[in-house]
Amino acid sequence: MKKRILSAALLAGAAVHPAFAAGDLFIYTWGEYTPPEMVAKFEKTYGVKVHIDTYDSMETMLAKLKSGAGGYDVIVPGHDTMTILVREGLLEPINVSQMENYKHVDETWRDVFWDPGRVYSAPWAWGSTAFVIDSAVVDGADHSLKTLFEPTDAVKGKINMLRDVNDVINMALRYLGKPRCNENPEDLKAVLDLLTTQKAFVKSYNSETKELLASGEAVVSMSWNGYAMRAREERPTLEYIYPKEGYSGWMDNVAVPKGAPNLENAKLWVNFVMAPENAAMITNYARYSNGIKGSEAYVDKALAGVPELNPPADAPAPEFLTACTPEVTKLYDRVWTKLLR
Amino acid sequence: MSVRQLSFSSRISPRLTDLGLLGPAIAVILVFMVAPMAIMFVYSFLEAAPYGGVEWRFTTDAYTSILFERDFLDDSLTFTPDYLVVLARSVFQAGIATLLCLVISVPTAYYIATRPERQKNIWLVLITIPYWVNLLIRTIALLFVLRGDGPINAVLMNLGFISEPLPLSYNGFAVCLGLIYSFLPFMVLPLYSAFERFDFRLLEAAYDLYASRRTAFLRIVLPVMRPGLIAGSLLVFIPSIGSYLAPDILGGGKTLMIGNLIGTQFQSARNWPFGAALSMILLTLTLLVLLWLARRAGQQTSDCR
Repeated sequence: MKKRILSAALLAGAAVHPAFAAGDLFIYTWGEYTPPEMVAKFEKTYGVKVHIDTYDSMETMLAKLKSGAGGYDVIVPGHDTMTILVREGLLEPINVSQMENYKHVDETWRDVFWDPGRVYSAPWAWGSTAFVIDSAVVDGADHSLKTLFEPTDAVKGKINMLRDVNDVINMALRYLGKPRCNENPEDLKAVLDLLTTQKAFVKSYNSETKELLASGEAVVSMSWNGYAMRAREERPTLEYIYPKEGYSGWMDNVAVPKGAPNLENAKLWVNFVMAPENAAMITNYARYSNGIKGSEAYVDKALAGVPELNPPADAPAPEFLTACTPEVTKLYDRVWTKLLR
Repeated sequence: MSVRQLSFSSRISPRLTDLGLLGPAIAVILVFMVAPMAIMFVYSFLEAAPYGGVEWRFTTDAYTSILFERDFLDDSLTFTPDYLVVLARSVFQAGIATLLCLVISVPTAYYIATRPERQKNIWLVLITIPYWVNLLIRTIALLFVLRGDGPINAVLMNLGFISEPLPLSYNGFAVCLGLIYSFLPFMVLPLYSAFERFDFRLLEAAYDLYASRRTAFLRIVLPVMRPGLIAGSLLVFIPSIGSYLAPDILGGGKTLMIGNLIGTQFQSARNWPFGAALSMILLTLTLLVLLWLARRAGQQTSDCR
């Protein structure tokens, strides 16, 4: 009985004072991405139980949302997927720019093309997709994708490519100097030829790049910068390369899917994420930059100035790509099938 | 059965009792097999929505695109072997795995079936122990065993047999090994039960009547073993052909099997109808194999009579 009164009081409190929201929060996100201490702090502050479910690709997440599997309050889509989610009306307009902690968001990440004026989402983390070499085996001084596509003998058979249609094809397009989201059949034929030639030297198409690099199974691997840093901590000879031909940048964003069962708690989470000391926890845990001003003060000293988070001055700027059209997706899938058939 | 139960069941008709007993199974099959398959069937005749899902417009595109594609350059409809190659690879890999499982299982099952009763149970438990662990974990564990820095290569290199690690992982060999490892007990157990029921006096009788070892095997052992062989082969072949984990993890994602191709369609390719169509093809293929074997098995029994 006592328990029931208590929870009734909590519920009543939630209605009038959001700081005392009770209940649950269901987060659907990438694996190893949400700092446990951040979850603990949120649970303690708001008395909300946080449940985390993970996906391994944007497609898995999108397919699950599209299939109507609801029950999630917070998702963490990449910037290119944001465009699709907004267009398909799958997100709740939560007016992030009106939230208390929005003032901490860095100007660079405010009026972004995937969410102009930040109606639906707050920045979570951002990073780049380039590649890692083991400098004990490979010389990466020329900072070129040539290391991946025209490998030397020492590298042959020890290359890992991400298992991601878009990342792999975009990288090939950059090497060939062709535009991204490419519908030109001649260009795609060239991409297929390049990748097919390279395939003979590829060990695996795998997204577990940290493990492959740290164990030495792969001496050259496409990788996200955060994974690259974690791998380097285990194998110091690894080096993250910002290729001169260009590389992709990405930002993951905190958003709320339409019909979220715990909408108010979700909004609390989004606001919570934008506080500098909380955003710093993301960087300390996941090893990716966040988009929050003032978080530097709380970020581990060891992470300041690391090459994976701080591109050298002569490196090109990361390229943030929009989601390609369905036609391009179809063509890319055909290239991918022909490559792996 | 108690008296009360007897009087209860005699009051309602036998047909109703049957239905009551079968009901739960039928409900499970309807909800978890027939309904999803009906959805797949319908989806395979719809158009793909741009970002996953389907548009409710009828088309047979999903089926034609298994064999034909619009050319990259001139948009003409041309024959493409891409998907047939993937399908053929799946059949081939599953076939090899089934065959090797058979080769390993026949002596194993024979050995276990001819042990004394108490030893039998120990052997059977030993056979099933690895299968108490999740398939994903077992597959990843196998990858670690096979990898360049795994124990096999480490031992061989320390003994000086090889100077460079053998390429045991991320190839067709690893996939095949993974399939065998995953499904071996499904072959051992049916064969074991066939051997167990085998009356070895029949063999003695055959030898007494001057049958050669070969004749005795072909005319006595094989016919008795046949149901076990067929059941075991199906239990290995069917999950192998649609296998997803082994090619994904042990093959390093370098070559697709039909299961991976279907997976891709529901994920990055966002072409649900095509994925559904491929699933229907795989299902039809499996059913055909089953029907063919069932008919053969039926003929065999009637021949015996």
